[in-house]
Amino acid sequence: MNKALKSNRRDFLKIAATAGGGLLIGFNWSACDSPKMKVVSNEEIFDKAINYNSFLSISPTNHVVIYSPNPELGQNIKTSFPMIVAEELDVDWSNVRVKQAFLDTEKYDRQVTGGSGAMPHSWQRLRQAGATARQMLMEAAAKRLDVPLSSLTTEKGNVVHGSKKISYGELATDAASLPVPENVALKDIKDFKIIGTAVKNVDNDAMFTGQPLYGFDVYRENMLHAMIQRPPFGMKLKKVDAEAAKEVKGVKDVLTFKNNVAVIGEGTWPLMKARKLLKIAYEPIEGTLESTAFHDKKFDELLNSGAGDVKRKDGDVNNAFRNAARVIKSEYQCPFLSHSPMEPMNFFANVKEDSVELIGPSQTPDRARKAAAEICGIDPEKVSVALTRLGGGFGRRLRADFVEEAVELSKMLKAPVKLTWSREDDITGGAYRPAVKYRFEAALNDKDEVIGYKLSGAGINAGNTTRENNFPAGAIDNLEIRSAEYKSPITTNAWRAPITNFLAFAEQSFLDEVAEAIGKDPIELRLGLLDKAKKNPVGEIHYDIDRMKGVIKAVAEKSNWGKKDGVSQGFSVYFSHRSYVAQVAEAKIKDGQAVLDKIYAVTDCGIVINPTGADQQVRGGMLDGMGHAMFANLTFTDGVADQKNFDSYRLIRMKEIPEIETHFIDNGIDPTGLGEPALPPTGGAVANAIYKMSGKRMRNQPFINQEGINNFNLGSPA
Amino acid sequence: MANYKIQVNNKSYEVDVDSDTPLLWVLRDNLGLVGTKYSCGISQCGACTVHLNDAAVRSCGLPIASVGDAKITTIEGLSEAGDHPVQQAWKEVDVAQCGYCQAGQIMTAAAMLKNNPSPTEEEVIDGMNANLCRCGTYHRIKEAVLLASSKIK
Repeated sequence: MNKALKSNRRDFLKIAATAGGGLLIGFNWSACDSPKMKVVSNEEIFDKAINYNSFLSISPTNHVVIYSPNPELGQNIKTSFPMIVAEELDVDWSNVRVKQAFLDTEKYDRQVTGGSGAMPHSWQRLRQAGATARQMLMEAAAKRLDVPLSSLTTEKGNVVHGSKKISYGELATDAASLPVPENVALKDIKDFKIIGTAVKNVDNDAMFTGQPLYGFDVYRENMLHAMIQRPPFGMKLKKVDAEAAKEVKGVKDVLTFKNNVAVIGEGTWPLMKARKLLKIAYEPIEGTLESTAFHDKKFDELLNSGAGDVKRKDGDVNNAFRNAARVIKSEYQCPFLSHSPMEPMNFFANVKEDSVELIGPSQTPDRARKAAAEICGIDPEKVSVALTRLGGGFGRRLRADFVEEAVELSKMLKAPVKLTWSREDDITGGAYRPAVKYRFEAALNDKDEVIGYKLSGAGINAGNTTRENNFPAGAIDNLEIRSAEYKSPITTNAWRAPITNFLAFAEQSFLDEVAEAIGKDPIELRLGLLDKAKKNPVGEIHYDIDRMKGVIKAVAEKSNWGKKDGVSQGFSVYFSHRSYVAQVAEAKIKDGQAVLDKIYAVTDCGIVINPTGADQQVRGGMLDGMGHAMFANLTFTDGVADQKNFDSYRLIRMKEIPEIETHFIDNGIDPTGLGEPALPPTGGAVANAIYKMSGKRMRNQPFINQEGINNFNLGSPA
Repeated sequence: MANYKIQVNNKSYEVDVDSDTPLLWVLRDNLGLVGTKYSCGISQCGACTVHLNDAAVRSCGLPIASVGDAKITTIEGLSEAGDHPVQQAWKEVDVAQCGYCQAGQIMTAAAMLKNNPSPTEEEVIDGMNANLCRCGTYHRIKEAVLLASSKIK
């Protein structure tokens, strides 16, 4: 019996024993919706399963246990990864049980959720894992039946020889002792039986009955609860009077560390009460405290002074603009945004003498482990990280700041600690989508051809605000792309589709302005530029011209572009995270009111693993892009966010959603990312449709604050 | 601190907490019923929705002292086997992405359908609008409520 599985089994028993008092989640037995699962208990399956490789075990009960290594935050990887393994292994999905693997850098290569990168990274690995085990089962069967390997096939968890079938369960023990074959042949994609079918989320049962799944649901006996009051941006702790806070029943202690004031106690509510009674004085670290008006001024300073770096330069831009018959110029600006996943930040840490136990929601568990090891001065191997399901992430959980806080507190208190952030902590606590402003300029000759193009970006802690090798670079002879940065104490971080979540909106809106100025159809403008890039590419091109044209043409067809009466259509297309998404948004008058009625999306992400999950990712990305473009705003006064909770930080709600129709290009290309690519084009498609209907350009986000939007029904206020 | 006797999922519990403690934290921290989620704490998102008798309420804004002898139902107690028509519909439509808000969505939908078993699409939107879903599963929530309604009929 495999050692790792044995120890997991022990853990399960221990957890079950404590479930009555202090409840703990460590593992979640996830199964698909099959009545067959009731016949053999999951406990028995896991107990008997024989390990083949990092990704799968096979049980003599004929069930397969598939381990999903990556953090699951709603991108549905915990369902789609196992589908790929099961496909190559050739088993019946109803006999698959999925387990969340914990951090194990020996077994797994990239236990990260970010950059929509899991599928392109793991696609071949997962297929090989399944195919290799299948080959071993066939070899065991060949021996047992004394027949040549070539005379065998497999079908739904059985090795088949003529009319004879041997189940994988019967072969599991024999096959596991065989040498592991290398470079096993993979299935032809036309033979896929599981990939391409709508397989439901493996955690559905647990999620819809309230079983403990998330970091927030971790409870341990003798665990202390902790919450932290953090300083405003640009300030440090001067002094704290915690007398009144300590009087609250259930509060055990108030500690200070690294400019933070931590309240420690026996439950969440006493801490929430006590925090309000803290009297804390802060003082500025240096200079002035930042407010939104200050940032607005900084943007203009950066853009007007020509500060920053040239990211790309093709041809002679100055000459093109000197010789231009006319120049079109526009500026676009977006605010900071909070990630605000529904589950606020939290983590469980138990710092012991020479080891650390971490449990919680992280997009980068290895970063969490290294941070804990550094704080405690121990080897990273002495730190274990158990992954819970994440109640959303959107990039916020790429950071380990909240893990570090939990570790610091557990170390100081010499006790297991669960750190909880309130919603207010989450929205005011930083690591935001950076605020950015762009200036676009297009030079047109007297034939209305685009002969020059300039993009200058200015960002606050945004790094490179551009994607300099993305379209329309490559299609314009004279092009210059610049980016400048202002360093602020307000912290920023990757936010779903970093940079492109706003850049794409701005660029796709600007191209719409250019199309209008030259009296050309917006889709024709893009296709013309792409044809030019294909025929006479200018400099490096990092996108596939034919795939981009493919989604554009498909969305034009699906939306009946330009041929609908009484409908104002807006177009947008973007390439990000290796995938292509084109969208058409439609506005129309309903009951005397202008409304955003529908958005069509055509995606090319290569092979679609799971159509139900893929549809969710596109839909979710679009509502994320549209909702934040329309409603979300985070402003600052003296280093403090003005919006602190969902009453003032407005997210999109059900009344505000348009109909969405999703389509995918079926081209058999290896799958690429889908967690992010549908988001970037949405703001542009929506803004272009709003313009078509109302004549108002939405150049600043959120749209709700823009002049002219009042006549547009964006739903009822939250 | 004071002693409160409450009825949750047809069981009686006694808890010793301050009178202003929201029901949410009693369920989670004292009773180990963690299916009811915290997200905003100010009754703006609906993640903490439970039933008080038959009405959907935000447990984050409901002090324990005001619960009295009302019957509380949480997601754990909505059905014995996880097969309430709303739960079934949520599975069939495959509603969730991250899933964190869905217990609150299900409890809101179940209370709405108890009161009005055959809502129109507009009534579903009105009834569900106050529940936030950051992943944007709204289309599927709407579809699932209508499917659940057809199962109840």
